Amino acid sequence: MSAPDPNHDGVGVEVRNLRKSFNDQEVLKDLNFKVEPGEIFVIMGPSGSGKSVLLKQIIGLDLPDEGEILINGESIQSPDVMEKYRMAMVFQSGALLNSLTVGENVGLYLAEHRLKPPEEIGRIVEKNLEIVGLKGTEEKMPSELSGGMKKRVAIARALIVEPQLILYDEPTSELDPLSAVVIGEEILKLNKRTHVTSIVVSHDRDLAFGVADRIAVIIEGAIVAIGTPDEVKANQFPEVQKFLHADIKRPNES
Amino acid sequence: MFENIGEMLVLFWRTVMALPMTWRQRHKVFEQFFEIGNASLLMVCILSFFIGGETALQTGPFLTERSFGGYLGGIVGYSVCRELAPILMAILIAGRIGSAMAAEIGSMRVYQEIDALRTMNINPIHYLILPRLVAIAIALPMLVLFAILVGWMGGAVVSAANNRIDIPIQAFFKNLQEVVQFRDVGNGLFKSFCFALIIGVVSCHQGLVTIGGPRGIGRSVTKAVVNSIVLIIIFDYILTRVLLK
Repeated sequence: MSAPDPNHDGVGVEVRNLRKSFNDQEVLKDLNFKVEPGEIFVIMGPSGSGKSVLLKQIIGLDLPDEGEILINGESIQSPDVMEKYRMAMVFQSGALLNSLTVGENVGLYLAEHRLKPPEEIGRIVEKNLEIVGLKGTEEKMPSELSGGMKKRVAIARALIVEPQLILYDEPTSELDPLSAVVIGEEILKLNKRTHVTSIVVSHDRDLAFGVADRIAVIIEGAIVAIGTPDEVKANQFPEVQKFLHADIKRPNES
Repeated sequence: MFENIGEMLVLFWRTVMALPMTWRQRHKVFEQFFEIGNASLLMVCILSFFIGGETALQTGPFLTERSFGGYLGGIVGYSVCRELAPILMAILIAGRIGSAMAAEIGSMRVYQEIDALRTMNINPIHYLILPRLVAIAIALPMLVLFAILVGWMGGAVVSAANNRIDIPIQAFFKNLQEVVQFRDVGNGLFKSFCFALIIGVVSCHQGLVTIGGPRGIGRSVTKAVVNSIVLIIIFDYILTRVLLK
């Protein structure tokens, strides 16, 4: 059996002493954690706890004030590291380019970097759309798609990079429960098929416990619990329990 | 304010550095070029015809009454090509195209499309800014050349048709030919090239720094148009001073 091609395996991610502030408000407070290659790592927390800011730091869209992020032991601020490892992000809104068709969106990376001839890009786009259950939508515009379909197109677009690290920002927000399940299954299928490292940011408890190998709970910019889904469920930290068991109480129930 | 000017200069410099990528982005340049021409050509025709006509109407009777009517072609021709066509077309394009650029790039920024490009290692300057800047830098001088010719025709038609002026079209163009030199048209086109860069850089920059939702986009569009017009008028004075014979 030949040795696995290192370019086709997931990468390890390490976050060390990460701090980020906006206008003197500290959003990320000394974060430290490791994500193993091929792992699905879910970062949970209430809205405004700094989860999306953390994702932007990991993919290099924003720079930390202090600390560092390492991909396979190399700082993302080192030259060429972002080019060396293939990373992709599925944005909360999908972030599809509205002026392009679905097919053009999915094939954009290959077309812009001229990695394949147009006919081959067409075939790859078709294959990736089929993987996410959207075969035949190449000519549609993003405005013609539902929220769930947009997110699946965004996943297909991320897949085209053949990523070693994929980041999902609130992949099930604004989706009905059935569409949310489809997205969760896509994350699991993709991980099983390509062994990609996945970091999922979400406040959706069902998604987190359904897909995660490990979960970190982040509250007000600090990690308050980290471990397997069972370990996090058993965590007795009051803020974690409050977040995990938050429920609507009817007025007549005391 | 100085921070914005600095950012715009950096954006301009990075776009200039990206010029060798123009051939690769030629489809987008043609797309933008077509967009600018398609959106503006009819308006340019109407506007420039009346600019030439109004200049003739304002000056024609005054000159004719004092027996200087023979100079009207030169006056209209000179003022249209050196000043009126470049500045008024630039203001028109700032309103029509600059606002569209700021709105499109602004909405791409707000809805994370630019972040998505960056995660795919696609440089937004190569993909978004370069095609727009190259297209407007070619399109505006061409529109201005067109506006100059139509403006002259407008002046000639009004001069011939208006009873208080009554200068034949041939006489109008004969004087225009004697007074206006190729250099004057070249000056007008050079000015319009500079104005195109101002509109492109200001509008793209406003788009890129857009924050907030639809309200932020609206604010960026307003700023793009107003700042472009202010800078066009200031640079018009500077360029006129420099280019004055």
